[in-house]
Amino acid sequence: MTMSTLTSPPMTEPPTTPTGARPPARRGISWAQVRAALPGAFRKLTPKAQWRNPVMFLVWVGAALTTVLAIAEPFLGGPATSGGSAVPASFTIVIAVWLWLTVLFANLAESIAEGRGKAQAETLRKTRTSTSAHRVTDYREADDAAAQGAATVEVSSADLKLGDVVVVTAGELIPGDGDIIWGIASVDESAVTGESAPVVRESGGDRSAVTGGTRVLSDRIVVRITSKPGETFVDRMIALVEGAARQKTPNEIALNILLAALSIVFVAVALTLNPIASYAAEPASITVLVALLVCLIPTTIGALLSAIGIAGMDRLVQRNVLAMSGRAVEAAGDVTTLLLDKTGTITHGDRRASEFIEMIGVERAELVRSAALSSLADPTPEGTSIVDLAKERGESFDQTTPGEFVPFTAQTRMSGLDLPDGTQIRKGAGSAVAAWLSEGGRRISSSEEAEMEQQTERIAQSGGTPLVVAVKDASGAGRVLGVVHLKDVVKEGLVERFAELRAMGIRTVMITGDNPLTAAAIAKEAGVDDFLAEATPEQKLAYIRTEQEGGNLVAMTGDGTNDAPALAQADVGVAMNTGTSAAKEAGNMVDLDSDPTKLIDIVAIGKQLLITRGALTTFSIANDIAKYFAIIPAIFAGVFPQLAVLNIMGLHSPASAVLSAIIFNALVIVALVPLSLRGVKYRPVGASQILGRNLLVFGLGGIVVPFIGIWLIDLVVRLIPGF
Amino acid sequence: MEWGLLVASLATVVVILAVLYRPLGDYMAWVFTTARDVAVERGLYRLIGVDPRSEQTWQAYLRSVLIFSFVGVVFLYLIQRTQQFLPYSLGLPPVPEGLAFNTAISFVTNTNWQGYSPELTMSYTTQFAGLAVQNFVSAATGIAVAVALVRGFAYRRSGTIGNFWVDLTRATFRILLPLSIVAAIILLAGGVIQNFAGFTTVDTIAGGSQVLPGGPVASQEAIKEIGTNGGGFFNANASHPFENPTAWTSILQVVLLLMIPFSLPRTFGRIVGDNRQGYAILAAMGVLALISFVALGAAEFAGRGTAPELAGSPMEGKEQRFGLVQSILYATATTLTSTGSVNSMHDSYTALGGMMPMINMMLGEIAPGGVGAGLYGMLIIAVIAVFIAGLLVGRTPEYLGKKIGPREIKLASLYILVMPILLLGGVALSFAIPGVRDDMEKTSIWNPGLHGLSEVVYAFASASNNNGSAFAGLTANTPWLNAALGVAMLLGRFLPIALTIALAGSLAAQDKVPVTAGTLPTHRPLFIGLIIGTAVLVTALVFFPVLTLGPLAEGLM
Repeated sequence: MTMSTLTSPPMTEPPTTPTGARPPARRGISWAQVRAALPGAFRKLTPKAQWRNPVMFLVWVGAALTTVLAIAEPFLGGPATSGGSAVPASFTIVIAVWLWLTVLFANLAESIAEGRGKAQAETLRKTRTSTSAHRVTDYREADDAAAQGAATVEVSSADLKLGDVVVVTAGELIPGDGDIIWGIASVDESAVTGESAPVVRESGGDRSAVTGGTRVLSDRIVVRITSKPGETFVDRMIALVEGAARQKTPNEIALNILLAALSIVFVAVALTLNPIASYAAEPASITVLVALLVCLIPTTIGALLSAIGIAGMDRLVQRNVLAMSGRAVEAAGDVTTLLLDKTGTITHGDRRASEFIEMIGVERAELVRSAALSSLADPTPEGTSIVDLAKERGESFDQTTPGEFVPFTAQTRMSGLDLPDGTQIRKGAGSAVAAWLSEGGRRISSSEEAEMEQQTERIAQSGGTPLVVAVKDASGAGRVLGVVHLKDVVKEGLVERFAELRAMGIRTVMITGDNPLTAAAIAKEAGVDDFLAEATPEQKLAYIRTEQEGGNLVAMTGDGTNDAPALAQADVGVAMNTGTSAAKEAGNMVDLDSDPTKLIDIVAIGKQLLITRGALTTFSIANDIAKYFAIIPAIFAGVFPQLAVLNIMGLHSPASAVLSAIIFNALVIVALVPLSLRGVKYRPVGASQILGRNLLVFGLGGIVVPFIGIWLIDLVVRLIPGF
Repeated sequence: MEWGLLVASLATVVVILAVLYRPLGDYMAWVFTTARDVAVERGLYRLIGVDPRSEQTWQAYLRSVLIFSFVGVVFLYLIQRTQQFLPYSLGLPPVPEGLAFNTAISFVTNTNWQGYSPELTMSYTTQFAGLAVQNFVSAATGIAVAVALVRGFAYRRSGTIGNFWVDLTRATFRILLPLSIVAAIILLAGGVIQNFAGFTTVDTIAGGSQVLPGGPVASQEAIKEIGTNGGGFFNANASHPFENPTAWTSILQVVLLLMIPFSLPRTFGRIVGDNRQGYAILAAMGVLALISFVALGAAEFAGRGTAPELAGSPMEGKEQRFGLVQSILYATATTLTSTGSVNSMHDSYTALGGMMPMINMMLGEIAPGGVGAGLYGMLIIAVIAVFIAGLLVGRTPEYLGKKIGPREIKLASLYILVMPILLLGGVALSFAIPGVRDDMEKTSIWNPGLHGLSEVVYAFASASNNNGSAFAGLTANTPWLNAALGVAMLLGRFLPIALTIALAGSLAAQDKVPVTAGTLPTHRPLFIGLIIGTAVLVTALVFFPVLTLGPLAEGLM
């Protein structure tokens, strides 16, 4: 767990706001993308590529069958009539062409979706080019942890095995994923995260993990390799963004089963139609039956299903999140409990000054000025916030530091300023300041100490951190000026976001190492539903288990090794990229920006993925009504002219009706590609409202749109001679 | 005038059903959840060696259903084949093999398709000890399966779904038997006969003589309706004055056959602990039934089609004694449930009107469907609707806290595949196999062309949905139809049952997901609408092409 306190040096703070060096999510599709996707779309025209998708495989079979028929018909004198009505000679070939186009459009959608990840994979692949590594042959951890005297051999990074120890010095690429076992270094991880600012990595603790392909900028480190060749983080990333590692998620499998079942029913309809028709009417031609089948099976969703899945993963990648499995993305949509670390997620992670409280007999102005002066050169967020607050309170003071800044150290637990005239200003925890004042046998008065304690106690009770400011003149006589109230400031807009989450049916739980009192105060301010105070990793794990036993799905973020069990237990565990390899291994997602707030976005993306699938399925099934009204009267119009009553779209001829339906069926796939890549817009409102809206748009829309579409296409098709 | 009568009749039935909904539904819920057995039941459990407190896994439950039904088929077959040696044989010969096979399946599958004239084929013993017994137990089996599925929703992390033998016994002795006794007495009061008099020859006023059949009719009539069986004592079924003497007994019979199917949603709501869920299922059933009823009324009042035009009015083949409205009411109720008893000949309806009973069956008989079968059929549709709706709101779909994942969808999808394939496949094979086609054209089909096709479609719709009503105008007692319809009835009954019980097992094993604001409510009008839409889109719409070739083409002529 990352806890930002006064005692932690600012260098190791995780970046709390993503600086997005990566381009923002692209919207729409450019021609260049389509051109790039075309070769792939044609390559996928093989039956082997279609086999995995039963709906499109049926279309493929239909296309192949009609093509054979189209070739054979001129020689066999194929059926000039179908169901008793005449069809033009070009009918079969035109249908065959449009069926191939249907398959091609589906392939194109998938290829475009895949293409989006390709560029990113290329960049990543460059980092994977093999580098040479200095492998330590006889690493002795006990007496030569720095491997100064150990022998090293030059090996290719591709030959590194799990458990190998390597030495990496400034300017070199880290040859593989591993943990630093000795040393500290600043590392440029921009190749993986897109974040240009270097990060500090050191042995021991939660920042020991390094990624292969990143560059050491300073110092020398000893790294133990934790991944097998070909299974490094970058390798997995490449597979993920390219869509190669995409496995079908449970909901996708379930949807595929339902679509397959619907397809089988319609195959039964098409196969039985002619025997039945042969009794009372004229049989329809095979081409017309294939057209009927293709129109009835849910081709729209069948064609776009895989593109939707890839695009969903891609949306995560665009936000710099790597999901180790599609299952995790889907689970994110189902999350009912969100565990959020207080620090960095709910609060800014650094305490800010919110109030100056002077001691009795001290001028407020003096306290404010002293506090501000001593903070001018203080780079910590706490220091900056004191200066800001002082300005806010209208205190005027010299903007340049008049003396020498005394930085915070672990020994003194104070920072401050030494003025040229010998005056010393110090700010820090009460006990440290009291000890400083008592240096050299002097004692601060008991009343002063009592007052200070009373003030610090009050601030601590309210969940804040008291920072005592004291001054000592050249003679060494000192006194306490007052206390600065440092407060965890809840990030802006979080209260609203938590309210949104509540509307979505998600409970938010704040996890903090603070005492229950402090935790309760912040929890109330942030508007979370529950909190876990003084949380230990074990308690966190136990909390997740209890939630899961109640049937809840839990999502959490974490970065430390001690978070690993909880990350593994959670249904969605997002590890911070700055975290340890253990945490990254345990979680099922990695956030490259190390932004814990992103969990909320991940939930939205998970939901969006499901909604998009559901929307297009509904649309696809609802389309059948209009297609029935186009094709059914057309099939038997020759024998039963009375069926013209059902031709409510007023389609020109049986041939044009069938062709128009097929063309609509193909074009609607193209029209919906952008939507399937972008995803249906998700609004954080209750389930009923979402259902109502989506049913209206995609259910009712799915019924109405094809009536209009087929009618419009027929207006054009009827111009073709013979139709 | 006719519309007024239609509304009045409907209102009468609806009011009675509404009054019965809560008490009957709650009572049935109690029957299947109470831990107490009555003495008779305890004796019976000892006799068959069942521990009433031990529950079964879904596999064991299914095995019990199949064994029990198989024994039922064998027993029924044997009793028909040996009826000449048994008491009250009325001098009738043994039932022919093919017909006995078909009838045995027909009654065990709760279809009660009758390819024969009962009064001329079945002895009293066959009717009483064979067919009537199956009327009870086949209905009880349907209820048991439905209750097992409901338990699947109600149980949490359970490896069992109840005990079939207990469910069967309780459904028979605590629900069907008492209701039948009460109904039989009321029917007796209404003039339905109950005797063992055999055939009586009487002299008519006109001076001729007529043979009047007698028999234990009232007792069989009651369970025939209550158990949505439909197998009449006489060939003319409920249009025979001894079965259905007056207008009010006609309405009463409609109430009897709708009573349990329409109350079972309450049982469902009760057992899962949320009565609103029961109302939602009831509403979906009710709306579909209402639409069908009004559509049939409209078609008949408009009076188009071959038969009425030949006859001059749409009264031919209808219930002459009680008027057109009673025929419409009865026809809708009997095909929406899996009853199949008739008080008019559906063959004689207007072409579009005759299509409505077909569509009712093609919906899968879910509005409200057969006893038990209707509820589980509707719940399967609800599972599919929930799946689509769940995706639409961005959550892994869940129904009553149970996740609808790949396994559940696989079972539900297979369920909705069975009936259309049996129906379409049966009709197609009847015309695709040359020898069979010849036989169909020469022997079975009386009316050529579109109407003849409708008769065959109707027969297979009736068999694969275990309805049992016939369109008339089709001689079904042929080797092909006896066999094909027999297979359709058998598979149409037991494949869905097997899938339902497997689904129950899969649901029972799951934990319950707690309800949050992100959970899709499954009791609101929107969701009810979605169930209805799903039912129409994934079942009835599949038959649009076939209907176009039959009744639609005929009706639009």
